[in-house]
Amino acid sequence: MTELKNTFIETADTVLRQDVPESLVPEKVAEEEPRKVVEIDSHALNFGPQHPSAHGVLRLVLEMEGEVVARAVPHIGLLHRGTEKLIEYKTYQKALPYFDRLDYVSPMCEEQAFALATEKLLGIDIPERAKWLRVMFAEITRVLNHILNLTAMGLDCGAVTPALWGYEEREKLLEFYEAASGARFHANYFRPGGVARDVPAGLEDKIGAWAKEFPKWIDELEGLLTENRIWKQRTVGIGVFTTEQALAWGFSGPCLRASGVPWDLRRNQPYDNYHKVEFNVPVARQGDCYDRYLVRVAEMRESVKIIEQCLSQIRPGDVKVQDPKFSPPPRAEMKRSMEALIHHFKLFSEGYHVPPGATYTAVESPKGEFGVYLVADGSNRPYRCKIRPTGFAHLQAIDELSRRGMLADMVAIIGSLDLVFGEVDR
Amino acid sequence: MAELPVNPRQGRLEGRLSAMAFTFMATVPAVSYAAVEKGELVVRIERDHLLHFFELLRDHPSYRFEQLMDLCGVDFPERPQRFEVVYNLLSVTHNHRIRVIVQTDEVTPVPSVHHLWPCATWWERECYDLFGVVFSGQPDMRRILTDNGFEGHPLRKDFPLTGYEQVRYDVERRQVVKEPVSLTQDFRDFDFVSPWEGMLTLPGDEKAHEVRQGMKRSG
Repeated sequence: MTELKNTFIETADTVLRQDVPESLVPEKVAEEEPRKVVEIDSHALNFGPQHPSAHGVLRLVLEMEGEVVARAVPHIGLLHRGTEKLIEYKTYQKALPYFDRLDYVSPMCEEQAFALATEKLLGIDIPERAKWLRVMFAEITRVLNHILNLTAMGLDCGAVTPALWGYEEREKLLEFYEAASGARFHANYFRPGGVARDVPAGLEDKIGAWAKEFPKWIDELEGLLTENRIWKQRTVGIGVFTTEQALAWGFSGPCLRASGVPWDLRRNQPYDNYHKVEFNVPVARQGDCYDRYLVRVAEMRESVKIIEQCLSQIRPGDVKVQDPKFSPPPRAEMKRSMEALIHHFKLFSEGYHVPPGATYTAVESPKGEFGVYLVADGSNRPYRCKIRPTGFAHLQAIDELSRRGMLADMVAIIGSLDLVFGEVDR
Repeated sequence: MAELPVNPRQGRLEGRLSAMAFTFMATVPAVSYAAVEKGELVVRIERDHLLHFFELLRDHPSYRFEQLMDLCGVDFPERPQRFEVVYNLLSVTHNHRIRVIVQTDEVTPVPSVHHLWPCATWWERECYDLFGVVFSGQPDMRRILTDNGFEGHPLRKDFPLTGYEQVRYDVERRQVVKEPVSLTQDFRDFDFVSPWEGMLTLPGDEKAHEVRQGMKRSG
């Protein structure tokens, strides 16, 4: 049998994999019959842009050798909306909602990057309560994002239940979003100079109650996946990226931490109030899909810890800069005060002028480093606003990640990279 | 919980960055400007010496910029070399960032850095697509974000926000057709230059202003 197998491999023009399973080896290679040569053409396969596990509008042209991926070429830009160009024609305040629409799974973290960059150029410092609210909602956003990513990755690999459970949890968090900002997804809540409005009474208690309950849900999710045999077969050792590769390819966030780099902007370059909370930075060593999954699960637990610390340290106070040049006056005041009315009108028509300068400000969004390179020329509109999407760098490495993998592994890799095309294509 | 100090490493970081800026100015002749702006290290360098400088930044043990986080273009049409190409590097070993800026125009290529950081390929393609900056040594200089057959470079300041073409699906011809863009309402671009802040001539009022000035001079 073994002899036959070896002859088969030696005589075939293209060898699929060295470890051809026994079941695929022909029973007998007849000596008297003319020898058959198996030819497998390398051919191209279109994966997406309508594929359900392409996470949006990814078009991937896969050069296949049988079922082995020889080369993966991503084609992006199908969701390109010219956000950067549009922002150049909007005032700073009106540019902010575009950030919700970039990574629509973690909207508030993107807003935070732009708000921080604008504040840096304006040279303003926001009130303490606004910082705590930002940290808290950024962590809620992180949990929101990780739930969707992990469960969708499970769905891609054939586990349907996590997605059903996850959507229920997400709904609870989106209610917090709605209570704070009025919108479930496109929040427009973090503004340069603070947050849009204070949270309604009782919301903090609700978030506290949720934070007590949520770790149980993570346990349930882990019960479904972490030690699941099929899940491990689909993810362990798939899409391995070493530390050197991850650094060279510009990885960040959970994908970088899964490759063994203890790097987290919340810890290493803290912004808002992250230097006042204590949390662990989970790191894994193998750099495969399973590690990226584990890092995200651990991060959700850390996020809950941060939310609890926010709730214990947050105090009543202002939620935006008390300067009418940057923050709109309260509605009631506008009815009485002429000056408030003028400020309101000027703010929403002209906006504020930002002094000339440039800054690259990055935040740790749930997907990794999300940066904004903002160039101001002294007018009321950004001269240039470059958005550094996280998924762009991750997607670029997909050829390297999936080399000589199977087609089915491709799905797990895409899932583990956490791609959202609103952000990649901008 | 004990109150941690505000950004404990900020002061030390700024000192280290200024020291680096000073070193670059003193030791690298191609560096034309190096300073710490708003806590961020900014270096301007001549285009031809870019690669050597980046090799130094990546491989020197006291810099170790392992990651190219971002590469982007900025357009200043009034300058003779209208484009700035901005590189944002990050060192996870030393926890510092640097911003390197080179200038170029429409035709002069900038050396590609894809062999130093493989992730540069897509950033350079994006910069080429949106600005038309050419990168020499880049084997994959295709468009990336815009549509197939797109002409022009949309992020240039002289490219209109609405573009030149609009695309729709024609039911009768059963195909996607491209047409010149037609706006139901004129594009509105408001001028917010305040007449009370140093501007003497109001837009649309130039003639009257000239007459007034002339009268003053003759009178």
